[in-house]
Amino acid sequence: MAKLNLNRVPMPRQDPKKRAKNFDEVALGYSLKQAKEEASRCIQCPKRNCVAGCPVDVDIPEFIKAIGEGDMPEAVRVLKNKNSLPGICGRVCPQETQCEATCSLAKKDAPIAIGRLERFVADWERANAGAARPVDPPKPKGKRVAVVGSGPAGLTAAADLAKLGHSVTLFEALHVAGGVLMYGIPEFRLPKEIVQAEVDYVVSLGVKLELDAVVGKLATVDELLNDGYQAVFLGTGAGAPMFMNIPGENLNGIYSANEFLTRVNLMKAYRFPEYDTPVKLGKRVVVIGGGNVAMDSARCALRLGADKVYIVYRRSEKEMPARREEVENAMEEGIEFKLLTNPKQMLGDEKNWVVGIECYEMKLGEPDDSGRRRPIVKEGSEFTIDVDMVVEALGTRPNPLVSSTTEGLETTRWGTLVADEETGKTVKDRVWAGGDIVTGAATVISAMGAGKRAAADIDRFLRR
Amino acid sequence: MYKILLKQDLVPSIHLFEVAAPAVAKKARAGQFVMVRIDQKGERIPLTIADFDQKEGSVTIVFMEVGTTTARLALMEAGEAIADFVGPLGLPAEIKKFGTVACVAGGVGVALITPIARELKQAGNKIVSILGARSQDLLFWEKELGAFSDRLIVTTDDGSYGRKGVVTEPLKELLESGEKVDRVIAIGPVVMMKFCSLTTQPFGVKTIVSLNPIMVDGTGMCGCCRVSVGGETRFACVDGPDFDGHEVDWDLLLARQTIYLDEEKCSFEQWQKSHSS
Ligand SMILES: Cc1cc2nc3c(=O)[nH]c(=O)nc-3n(C[C@H](O)[C@H](O)[C@H](O)COP(=O)(O)OP(=O)(O)OC[C@H]3O[C@@H](n4cnc5c(N)ncnc54)[C@H](O)[C@@H]3O)c2cc1C
Ligand code: FES
Repeated sequence: MAKLNLNRVPMPRQDPKKRAKNFDEVALGYSLKQAKEEASRCIQCPKRNCVAGCPVDVDIPEFIKAIGEGDMPEAVRVLKNKNSLPGICGRVCPQETQCEATCSLAKKDAPIAIGRLERFVADWERANAGAARPVDPPKPKGKRVAVVGSGPAGLTAAADLAKLGHSVTLFEALHVAGGVLMYGIPEFRLPKEIVQAEVDYVVSLGVKLELDAVVGKLATVDELLNDGYQAVFLGTGAGAPMFMNIPGENLNGIYSANEFLTRVNLMKAYRFPEYDTPVKLGKRVVVIGGGNVAMDSARCALRLGADKVYIVYRRSEKEMPARREEVENAMEEGIEFKLLTNPKQMLGDEKNWVVGIECYEMKLGEPDDSGRRRPIVKEGSEFTIDVDMVVEALGTRPNPLVSSTTEGLETTRWGTLVADEETGKTVKDRVWAGGDIVTGAATVISAMGAGKRAAADIDRFLRR
Repeated sequence: MYKILLKQDLVPSIHLFEVAAPAVAKKARAGQFVMVRIDQKGERIPLTIADFDQKEGSVTIVFMEVGTTTARLALMEAGEAIADFVGPLGLPAEIKKFGTVACVAGGVGVALITPIARELKQAGNKIVSILGARSQDLLFWEKELGAFSDRLIVTTDDGSYGRKGVVTEPLKELLESGEKVDRVIAIGPVVMMKFCSLTTQPFGVKTIVSLNPIMVDGTGMCGCCRVSVGGETRFACVDGPDFDGHEVDWDLLLARQTIYLDEEKCSFEQWQKSHSS
């Protein structure tokens, strides 16, 4: 056997000082040479542990082999066979806890950079449009399915159902498709052009996209079911922001992360006034939270011209739910982490503008329900950070628009929908659900996995 | 794209569009609103539904020129199309038989209160309407609102038409007259709604106001539209837009409406420059 090569090919990235001032993509992507070199490290082990770690079962060793052989059209075919959104997944999936964690070389601390290779294949296809082998057009089956919500769950369900020959209408409340990929995750991490290209691909499979369509208001789920749709898939995500419920939260200059990111990413406020939507340009900004959403908000605030951006998080670095890579990126760019810190109240001036945030120092106690150590207030430890803008990234929950207008769905006390984990079937006849609406805020790939499983089950149901 | 079927200039700075949006028209109810985005670079703004016609498949909006988006909208003509027209959003106005309802409208608010007055009238209420404008040249829909009103009082701030003064004066007199008023609905500028609520409070007459804070999505996903009502934070786009005027924190609403004053000015100046060149 050839000697193991344990040198992962590093990802070329924009210099931290430079990138902290622009919205261009941080990671620059492999060249063909780099991709081939990384692909050549794969030992094509028969165990295929990596595939087991992938929620949508991508045939990872096969597409990597094709890259190694320089057969890019084949690599595209293998990848897209299972994953309709590879350019997105290659950028934002937490591979380090999925396929790369189970890779046989992970034991040696040098797993194949599967995510980077996936991204390379997707980018190659976009740059060489039409070069990939076309998929066989499916035989129409004459069944109609309504998919509600065009985030990764809805896009995947719609694509798979269309590939199976069903006629799919995808309803989206916003004016563009993509869900969090469009309104939440910033341009420098996931260029919108790439999301749009993958949405266009899904539409090219025959999916009919209805934008500006708020289900529950424009038509209810029951109306869709009575209107000729044999099945409905709900992929409406967890898009409603939570606030801390502390004094001063409605002061001017305090945003939910959803509002801040929507203004910046979806409405392109970073190009105001060329684009009409404004956003405040804070000079001293505090972002509250420790997840991906907090990192994205902090890095956006920095790029909009803040002098100082703090992340305030109530536990320690170890408990932060954000992807490791994004925490490192944020640190490199100069964002300051105030860990074991929790806001007590927001302070305002006479014109209702936020000027400060009073915080407690925290310490960690015994593990709580989530298995993470519970943060406890250190009494008398209050201190104030001067700010002119605050972004609260405390998590989101499902928007009740659909559940409150649909008879017969079961919701949990967190507002998520109850659905079978394997099939996505809800307790309501002919209605399936998947993604953040079922799990609460999770990941792109888990939402895609749920969309995929539900599509398979809907197909089984429709063929009965 | 949503085509403008008809444009009417109600007064020089206030315009009416009938927009082709059959699906929205089918579901629209008085008191609801739409989110409008003119084109790819436009912002999303909420506009209340002034009327709707299921047969025609059209929805009517009325807007005043106050900033970049409304100024750009005002330049559009029938036959042109708006990129996005999302709705019907928010909860419909509460329509039932209350008895006597006072409908108080300020400025452009008359367009929003007219469909509510119509439905309340159909529900068997007696409608006393009070319509206020700064001056006669800003007054419109007197006849339209009058058609659904048992009585209509018009005020202008400068006395150029109707009674000189603001709407709260006849409102107070009505409440003092001993005539039983079961509900007041006030729609117009924030300050006008605030003072209507303050006027009715001592009389204990339930007063419903339609709040129009800054919004982004209009579907409950951002919290930009948060208002404080009865000490609780609510999202006007999904929990409203109608709230009990006696419970609204008016000062907070007024303050939050000023968040983007500087940006609005900058945007408007830049638009004027590019527009005139
Ligand atoms: C800022 C941010 C950064 C993130 N970073 C990462 C990351 O790096 N990696 C990762 O794996 N995950 C990340 N996530 C999480 C990930 O984006 C979500 O888990 C995923 O998008 C969920 O997909 P979904 O399809 O369930 O829902 P969503 O993406 O939320 O899509 C739901 C869609 O449904 C639409 N909708 C809602 N209600 C209605 C209705 N009534 N009618 C019609 N349409 C409706 C919404 O407008 C939306 O477009 C991040 C999330 C955020 C907010
Ligand atoms: S406008 Fe975004 S939540 Fe109301």
